[in-house]
Amino acid sequence: MAAIGTPVRRREDYRFLTGQGTYTDDINRPGQLYAYILRSPHAHARINGIETKAAAGAPGVVAIFTGAEMAAEGIGGLPCGWLINSKDGSPMKEPPHPVLADGRVRHVGDPVAVIIADTLANARDAAEKIAVDYAIEPAVVDPAAAAKPGAPQVWPAEAPGNVCYDWSLGDLAATDAAIAKAARIVKLDLVNNRLIPNAMEPRAAIGEFDRATGEHTLFTTSQNPHVIRLLMGAFVLHIPESKLRVVAPDVGGGFGSKIYHYAEEAIVTWAAGKVRKPVKWTAERSESFMSDAHGRDHVTHVELALDADNKFTGLKVSTVANMGAYLSTFATCIPTYLYGTLLAGTYTTPAIYVETKAVFTHTVPVDAYRGAGRPEATFLLERIVDLAADELGMDPAELRRKNFIPQNGFPYQTPVALQYDSGDYQTTLATAMEAADYAGFETRRSEAAARGKLRGIGIATYIEACGIAPSAVVGSLGARAGLFESAEVRVHPTGSITVLTGSHSHGQGHETTFSQLVADGLGVPIESIEIVHGDTNKIPYGMGTYGSRSLAVGGSAIVKAMDKVVAKGRKIAAHLLEAAEADIEFKDGAFTVAGTDRSKSLAEVALTAYVPHNFPHDELEPGLDETAFYDPKNFTYPSGAHIAEIEIDPDTGHLIVCSFTASDDFGRIINPMIVAGQVHGGLAQGIGQALLEGCVYDKSTGQLLTGSYNDYAMPRADDLPSFALSTNVTLCTHNPLGVKGCGEAGAIGAPAALTNAIVDALKAYGVRHVEMPATPERLWRVIHQHRPAQAAE
Amino acid sequence: MQKTVSLTVNGKPASATVEGRTLLVQLLRETLGLTGTHVGCDTSQCGACVVHVDGEAVKSCTLLAVQADGRDIRTIEGVADGDELHPMQEAFRDNHALQCGFCTPGMIMSALDLVKNNSDPSDHEIREYLEGNFCRCTGYHNIVLAIKAGAAAMRGAPAPGGHD
Repeated sequence: MAAIGTPVRRREDYRFLTGQGTYTDDINRPGQLYAYILRSPHAHARINGIETKAAAGAPGVVAIFTGAEMAAEGIGGLPCGWLINSKDGSPMKEPPHPVLADGRVRHVGDPVAVIIADTLANARDAAEKIAVDYAIEPAVVDPAAAAKPGAPQVWPAEAPGNVCYDWSLGDLAATDAAIAKAARIVKLDLVNNRLIPNAMEPRAAIGEFDRATGEHTLFTTSQNPHVIRLLMGAFVLHIPESKLRVVAPDVGGGFGSKIYHYAEEAIVTWAAGKVRKPVKWTAERSESFMSDAHGRDHVTHVELALDADNKFTGLKVSTVANMGAYLSTFATCIPTYLYGTLLAGTYTTPAIYVETKAVFTHTVPVDAYRGAGRPEATFLLERIVDLAADELGMDPAELRRKNFIPQNGFPYQTPVALQYDSGDYQTTLATAMEAADYAGFETRRSEAAARGKLRGIGIATYIEACGIAPSAVVGSLGARAGLFESAEVRVHPTGSITVLTGSHSHGQGHETTFSQLVADGLGVPIESIEIVHGDTNKIPYGMGTYGSRSLAVGGSAIVKAMDKVVAKGRKIAAHLLEAAEADIEFKDGAFTVAGTDRSKSLAEVALTAYVPHNFPHDELEPGLDETAFYDPKNFTYPSGAHIAEIEIDPDTGHLIVCSFTASDDFGRIINPMIVAGQVHGGLAQGIGQALLEGCVYDKSTGQLLTGSYNDYAMPRADDLPSFALSTNVTLCTHNPLGVKGCGEAGAIGAPAALTNAIVDALKAYGVRHVEMPATPERLWRVIHQHRPAQAAE
Repeated sequence: MQKTVSLTVNGKPASATVEGRTLLVQLLRETLGLTGTHVGCDTSQCGACVVHVDGEAVKSCTLLAVQADGRDIRTIEGVADGDELHPMQEAFRDNHALQCGFCTPGMIMSALDLVKNNSDPSDHEIREYLEGNFCRCTGYHNIVLAIKAGAAAMRGAPAPGGHD
């Protein structure tokens, strides 16, 4: 069918275009009350007391709860979903993560009390009447500083020295040997800047309790409602799954930040049971800044060894990663198994060693944000490769080509655990270079120089591990969950189809892409298909959407369920057509006796399945409704080459992105329009990281200095160029669709491409590296610091 | 202090009793149930709440409900002609200019305001105009295309081929 590979217009758009989307904050339940959360204004303080009497008597106040009430009821802490073991085999330090503060606050924004009132305004007014007696203590916010002796301690008893774990991967001896006999060693210290995800829809949650049934319902802005049900039900509130429904309706962007189980979800669910009325909480943007899990925040030293033939022989990486004050749901696996395992990149480097020290600080927890570990790996690798090219006086494209895993080298076993199944890095890079007119760059540089501008070009290639993940593999690495996906394909009696998926869409367009899959697989019109997601009372147990997994894992589950539907339908059709099952072909929505025109449509077969008067009862059960769980055999390995071209005004540090070219290999593409949209969005976030965005905490007080859109620079329309995209397809070899995933690519490739372009533009000044975000101020300072050196030459 | 405001919303009269501190966006969302207008920030920067007040684009989080007394308000719910999408809405769908959809109502209300004053905007003019509307999903690439296409459709011109 034509459905696969065509830019079908999105089926979800009509409701969003007309203001009829249903986001969590759009939902109002009868009798609903409002929660306001009082948060710590301090980075680190002991709470000597909380006086709530005046607030409790304020107009409209129904209840006020603090950590003491929750502790008294045995409410658990928020759990972490991945156990990392240190080099010495000891398990990571896993301090408690109370829902409301337990006598101490550990970051600005740490929740201290919840005020429930008839209106939000009354709840907020009452919060101002609560007196919290804080004894302020010293704070540490910077990961490198937290790792040093004498640093303020976040968990002095539970995690001495602020260390959560000290992990490593790879062969240290082999890597040291490679460095020892290298013809050249290139070294670099760099920072991967801390980011704040900023989905446009702030988080929100509504808790509800039905006294008649004893069922709790949580409406929440989540990327994975079943994960929330499991974590909150089993570990925090002790509610069995059968009495807990979690609904994630339309969700306004996630980018990772809505994967995790957050305190507010537990607070409203628990409080609704206490006050016996629905309780709604919606984050103000300033709360989002200080309570949504942040991303990145690495400090890294990297060394690359090359032989006399300019082949990479060893890579050694040492990173300090910031966990924040508490362990968020998947925080611990990001700077380890989603980072260290990617350090082979697209290259044949035979010896790699990486060590990551994860540290606690008095900051918001850090967890996966679009790319999650892979942008950090790509950034350091593509920076050090560019630096090596510069030191060798080689074209950076040529050095990459020399070290690429060759097209006939797949499957390729890296020295850092992963086995890549397919790719064609030479072609992908060549495509990008041609589209970007790489060959003509020096002419453009000269032309810019004549105008007094510094023009630079930068390449980044990347590999990512997506389609997360084979359960057995991640289980052996410490994951406390399986990472399969589920699907149910329900063919109704008259032939329309409902697909229930464990994946969750918060902008990715699953209602369209998944419909295309089903239209193709079952030969039915798209209009006859409905995709249902986001409600644990409707869908089979599913793991949700993150790590570019929805099509590769969730889509494969749909394919598997469709295969079961067709297999059963074939038996029913054989019965109806009085033919052997082996002679029945299924094509274009009809079961046909091979070589004849005798045929039954899928709808006719479905009707027979539900009105089984003439039905093979001895062999089959009635109905045409199949569920499948798909556990991937391997990660998928999207790859690509991104090229940025920029111009800097040396007098002001102002930078413009002249062009951005991306050539990506995502495997088979179902809807090219949606794929391009995913790349655009990823690139915007990657360019944002490189040029604009940076979360800043005051180093002495621990105050969040970038706590609003006045201070945190979101990419705006006039900060970004139009993008030039192309794709080069090699199929994934181990999932039934041949798909790899496209959601994170832009955010992974762009920061390195941009920074390489900036360093290229400034190479006349002897600049080796520029940290992100490369704001005009930072560029101006770099230029002015290096000017005297240039003048002296 | 409570006050009754009367206004026209999407062509129909509406009135409500509000507190002095109630914002227009709260009146629209919470009292009138028009939840298509979204709140994405608390500093009047994101533009998710843009509506038209007497024909001008206004961030409805910057206006008190009492200031809207007697004014003519148009929200995203009032843009389509019945079930028929407005050409600008159609252009957003055709060009995949929305993903999660949260910024979309504000984007469309801003786009209509831009085109009202500039019927054939360039890429540069569109990007500059959209300074006050954040989108975290699309990278703005397709929004720029959509606004050009929507503007062309509104002035009866053939669809533009792409970016400038």
